[in-house]
This record gives sequence, structure tokens and C-alpha cells, in this order.
Amino acid sequence: MKPDVLIIGGGLMGFSVALQLVKRGTRCKVLDKDSAGRHASGVNAGGLRQLNRHPAEIPISVAAADMWHNIESLVDSDCDTRFPGQIRVAENAEDMQLLEERAAMVRGLGFEHEEIIDRDELYRLVPALAPHCKGALICRNDGYGRPFHALDAFRRKALSLGVEYHASVRADAIEHNGNEWCVSSEKGEFRAPVLVNCAGAWAARVAAALGESVPLKPGAPMLMITERLPRFIEPVIGAASRKLSFKQMQNGTLLIGGAHMAELDFEHQTTDMDWAKLALSARTVMALFPQLENVRIVRTWAGIEAFMPDNLPVIGRSSRSPYAYHAFGFSAHGFQLSPVVGKIISQLILDERTEFPIEPFNIQRFCKR
Amino acid sequence: MKDHYSLVIVGAGPAGLAAAVNAAHHGLDVALLDEQPAPGGQIYRAIESIPAERSSLLGAEYQRGSELVSVLRDSSIEYYPDTQVWSLNRKLEIGLVCSNTAAMITANQILLANGAMERPLPFPGWTLPGVMNAGAGQILFKAHGIVPADGVVLAGSGPLLLLLAWQYLHAGVKIKAILDLTPVHNHLRALPYLPRALLAGHYLMKGMAYKKELKRAGISTLHNISELRASGREQLESISFRQNGRQHVLETELLLTHFGVIPHTQLSRAAGCRHDWDSSQQCWRPQLDEWGNSSIDGILIAGDGGGIGGARTAEHAGRLAALEALHQLAKIDQRQRDRLGRKDRKWMREDLHVRPFLEAFFHIPGKLLRVPDDGTIVCRCEEVTAGEIRMAVANGHSDSNQVKFQTRCGMGPCQGRQCADVVENIIAATGGDSIARGGHYRGRPPVTPLTLGQLASLYPEEKE
Repeated sequence: MKPDVLIIGGGLMGFSVALQLVKRGTRCKVLDKDSAGRHASGVNAGGLRQLNRHPAEIPISVAAADMWHNIESLVDSDCDTRFPGQIRVAENAEDMQLLEERAAMVRGLGFEHEEIIDRDELYRLVPALAPHCKGALICRNDGYGRPFHALDAFRRKALSLGVEYHASVRADAIEHNGNEWCVSSEKGEFRAPVLVNCAGAWAARVAAALGESVPLKPGAPMLMITERLPRFIEPVIGAASRKLSFKQMQNGTLLIGGAHMAELDFEHQTTDMDWAKLALSARTVMALFPQLENVRIVRTWAGIEAFMPDNLPVIGRSSRSPYAYHAFGFSAHGFQLSPVVGKIISQLILDERTEFPIEPFNIQRFCKR
Repeated sequence: MKDHYSLVIVGAGPAGLAAAVNAAHHGLDVALLDEQPAPGGQIYRAIESIPAERSSLLGAEYQRGSELVSVLRDSSIEYYPDTQVWSLNRKLEIGLVCSNTAAMITANQILLANGAMERPLPFPGWTLPGVMNAGAGQILFKAHGIVPADGVVLAGSGPLLLLLAWQYLHAGVKIKAILDLTPVHNHLRALPYLPRALLAGHYLMKGMAYKKELKRAGISTLHNISELRASGREQLESISFRQNGRQHVLETELLLTHFGVIPHTQLSRAAGCRHDWDSSQQCWRPQLDEWGNSSIDGILIAGDGGGIGGARTAEHAGRLAALEALHQLAKIDQRQRDRLGRKDRKWMREDLHVRPFLEAFFHIPGKLLRVPDDGTIVCRCEEVTAGEIRMAVANGHSDSNQVKFQTRCGMGPCQGRQCADVVENIIAATGGDSIARGGHYRGRPPVTPLTLGQLASLYPEEKE
């Protein structure tokens, strides 16, 4: 049967959109050039973070947090989520002042989720931390999940409700013939009246077919993971003036990220680790947790993600083509937003409006005037 | 250690030793890196320190190693034992750890000579203490003179099983039974290759002699064995198996198994070399030309790491790869390379005559490779069972990388080297992608674990 909506990209965004649409009786087909969650969706750091979001993202991130806390009611799985809080530590007075200004700014916008904690509270929550820290900014109901498990739960729920999914379908051409969209691939043509671009790092190609040129830059942030350790830390740790994301996963391994980029060969979809930058990450970890010196790193990797120049996503209607929508460019912090993005796009398609403030994510901000 | 060499060789077994000596002989600056404390590789393990009595028990093939190693010791080669290579890329950068310090060095040419590993083959109970690889048993004997005190059962398929039984016999070890899991119909499968194998007949003669001697000593080899199972509460207590339709149980606290060897491909994969599935050897092997060139310029591979050929073939391949490196570095021209390599090419061809026969004779039956039992652990690091892998396939994850994401198989410290091939076999047999199409786990460096402290010591000048 012909679907109502064609979604390009079988990542978390694509399946989240499909799930929200099918729940309201809309027939969807998801196309992916590889396999589901092959890139950013499957291999990101899994952070469920409202802490330190760009002001424009705060309302949708807060809404997404509510959805994550009830994720089982949406996808029949808890996606291995945990909510021990996320913390951004201050290592000196200057850091502390930055964090206090940030907390005041967020309060000024009418949000209560970010809070300053003093040194005593910090060491009560993270006794393993090196002793030099002064305090921190915390979001107590933040946490993390397991990305591929989340992707799998979204995919399976969507499929169980009737969404069709085609792997290994690369869109060679995307055209609108006046009535509907036609996506041609080696595996045949796919047609539907509505098209959604959830193509991640490859979304600029889809946008170009819709007549929109966007300054998307693919990048591959590096992550590393250690052997399993006895549990010694609960919250996710970042630092005010260092590149760091540090957490102990459910199974005891430590996941270390720092937004350092691998060398990316985009055409071949391969990455080479930048060991100089990973060495920097290792030194950052050792500055905050010197007791980890002899812990073994067992794997490093880098998933391919879409970065926008302002690090904000593109969410909304196409500015050039009818019945076409975008959700891409999450710039390495899209995992947490994925449930609400499904809601936003489904509302735009079915209600022609959304309850969420998405003007800052309009694709037109990149169009030349 | 310098930070750059004309040629870096990884592995000091027969291929690496022969290559290093050949290259240094032509005046090349060579670094030879090896993870073991002494040269010789697995085949000639402890060759310099072994007592004469034990050495003679291991036979003339083993003693061949002392000649190779003594030439290394007399050469100008920079040899680094106890050195782990944890990273290799197409820019010919080598990440290593030596004396607990990490370093990144470069080379104009790199020769991977890191040999083979025993084919992991899960069967019920294979993770119990008391169940080991035959190769590990042999290493304990070579390096430390350790032999089973209370008897042993040997099981599996492949020439090493026979060799180890013969060595144990001479070392006075009580062999309770040899269980041959090679199906009887493999004899027919191998028959067409017999005439060619007779051209390297000394290997066959030696095998026959071992067999005869074991038989004379009253050690029974049970043939056509299937459904091997190890049982015990805390550790191995007994094994059971089926022979000609009848079930048998044997009490033993030690079982050594062997199912052939497969190339170590972690480094060639880390670099991004292309690999093919070899259905005769039942393993992945890197694409190589006759001189050992991989699909990446500047990376050569010789010895069992490039496909199983045995110790003698590895030596020839090592010398040939060294000549190719010399040629690439313009130390010799093509004609010199061809002339200097003529004998090794001829000898290698002759040595390889026996291989197709052996591969057919010891072909592992598909039933064994695909693990019959859902409860059997496949990934030892993450304790993932065959049943969980089949479940992931049933849920639409049709290649080994998706199954890995879903189940965590292959995500432990061994980096999947133990489970990768088995997972591919199970997926192919469960309706997922074929092995050749589904491909291998994508490599996630480091190839061997590296501590945070070691990594932190790299590139000290790099700042945020």
C-alpha cells in the first residue's frame, strides 16, 4: 500500500517521527541507505542532558526529558535509561562564576532544572572526584540511555504498529511531480504525498534535492570506553572549562567523550582516530579522577553526525518545497531530543502547527537574503 | 626506539625473523616488534631458553627455530620484545606500548607477521575451567615444561592434535583418549588433493609415523565423534560425546581441544586492508599478491597472518616480503628482487602442496561451526549466548555489526577476536547475511587494551 509519508533516514529521528505519525493513523515508510541506527543514532554517547543547553533548545529539551522519564509507555522498553543527574564541575573560582551566571540566565527564562551546588554537595554526590573542585552546576533529573537499544525499541514499536522499513535503500533522486514525492533508488521507486528529511549527516543532499542549500558539516566525535569497573560514580560528569563527558555505564564500563573529532572520510564512511586528541581526553580524565591511571581502554569509535555552524538543529517545514519537512543537524546532542522531535514533525504534518517553539530551528536562517 | 624506520616488522616468529634478517642484510634500518619476551613466535616459543631434554622431546621441527633466532642475535636489527602494537592505520602510523609507555612511530614499509590463533569453536561447557586450547597446552610445555599431571583428553580436528599427543606421549603424560571430530566423509573430500599432497609427502609420512607410535603405545583414537559436551559444577568433571549412534561419558579434569588455526587479522583490519572469506581454510584472510603486498600501499603481510601455510612457508614468505620492501624502498630493482626471490618462491610452492589436502581432510563440519545449543556462550568477554545471537537475528539484525550493537557480543577486551567468526556463522545459518556479505566486526581501536595512563603519555605537547 502506498504510504502517506516517506521518511528518509532510519535513525532515531526517523523512527521517532514514524512512531508519532503511525500512532495517529498515518501510514509511513522509512528508508535507510545502510541499516537502522548505523551512524550517529546507534553509536552516540547516550546522554539525556538538559544541562547547559542553548537557550533556544531548553523548552524542547525539557519536554523531551518528560518523555524519556516515561519512555516505556511510548516504546515498551526503558531503553536502559538511568537518571542519576548530570553535573558540570567548576575547578576554580572563574569556572564557578561562569556556572552561576548560567544558572541565573536559565532561571531568568523561567526554568528550574539547572541548579548550583556547593563543594560539600558535589563531594557528597561524587566522592571519587579529585579534591580541587569548587562546586558545580547540576540537573538532577538528567541521565543517560543506551542508544542502540533505544533505536531498536523505537524501530520495533514503529514496525509493530505498521510502519514499513526498507534498509539498504539509497535515495538517488528525489522529485516532486505536482502531486507527490518520488524517491528513486536501485531498489525501485517510493512515492508518497509527504517527505521528511531525517538523513543525519547526509541530510544536506536531501535538502539540496528540495532546493535548499544548507551549510551542514559532517563530523565524527570520538568516544572511548574502558573495561568494567566496580561502581564508583553515579552522575554524568562534565567540566566547565574542559571538553569532557564522563559516565559509568550500567555494566560498569566508563564512557569517555570530549567532542574531539576523528579524521573522517565521508565518501567511504570511515574514520581514523586522532590519538593526540584522545590523549588529551585521557589527561582530562586523569586530572579529575587520577585513580583511573591503570584502567584499560578497550575500544574507541566515532559515529558520523551532522553539525550546523550554530550547533542548532534544523527542525520544521521546507522553505522551498511543498509537503516536505526537516529534522537534522543535531550537532552531536540530538539523542535526548529525539522523542519530542517526532512529536513536533507529526504535529506540523497533521495539524499544520506545533505546540513547541521551533522558530530558532527554521531552515531559512541559512538562506541568503 | 626511534620514531621512524624504513621497515617495521610486527611479530618475531618464522616470517618476521626471516624477513628482518633478510632486510638488515641489505642494509635497511629495521625495527622488529614482538609481544613475547623472547623471539621465536608461538611455533618456536622459548627456543633460546629451553632445556635440551625438553627441546628434543619437541622434535626437529621445533629445533629449526634456534638457527633463525641466532641469526637475529648476530644482526644489527633493533629488536623490541614485550612490545604491544595497539594501533595501525593507512598512514603507516604504528601505536605501541613498550615498557609501560605508549609511543606512535612511523615507517616507510610495514610487514605484519603476527601469525595465527587457534580457531575458537564454542561447544557446550567450553568455558569451564579445565577446558583449554591444545595450543595453550603446548605453549605451557614449551615455555615452562608444564604437562598435565592427572591425564588429559584431547579432542578436535587438525594436525596439531596429533603432534601434541605425540609430544605428550614422549613426556610421559597419561592420554586418556583422543577424540577425532573430523567427519569420516572428509576422507572422500580430501582424496582428489592426495596426489598433489604427495609432492610434499614428508608431512604425511610424519603424521602417519606419529599415529603408528601412538597406537603402539596403546593410546586409542576414537574417530567420527560428534556432540562433544563438557560438564562440571565449578570446573570440568566429565565429557560426553556420541560415536556411531552411541552416547559415551568419560571422566576427566582436563580437556584440550583444537579445531585448526586461523590468521590473526586484527592489525590488518585496523589498517583497513581488504579481506576475503576463504571457504577452504574456513577463515578470513587479507588480500595479498605473491610478494605479500596487501591492498594498502606500504603494508605487507607474511606468514600465517596472511593465510595458513605453516612455519616453513612463513619463512619463505617473510624473506620474499623483505625483498619486496627493499624493492619498494629502491634498495634493489625489480630484476634483483625476482632473482633473489626465485628459490624461496620455488620452495614455498613445494611446501604448500600439502595444504589443499589438509584443508579438505580437516574441514570443520558446518554443524560444529554453527553451535547447536542456544545456551552455549559464544562471546566469553560479555557472556553472550548463541540463543541471544539468534534472537537478535530474528528481530531483524542481519549482520554481525548490528548483532554486536544489540547483544554486546564482541565488545569486551578481546575485541571480538574470539567470537567474530562464530557469530558470522550463526547469523548465516539463522537466515541473516552470508559470511562474505555480512562482513566482519568493524575494528574499534586499540587492537589490544591500553591504559588511560599510557594514552595520557602520548603527544604531551597537545593542548586544548
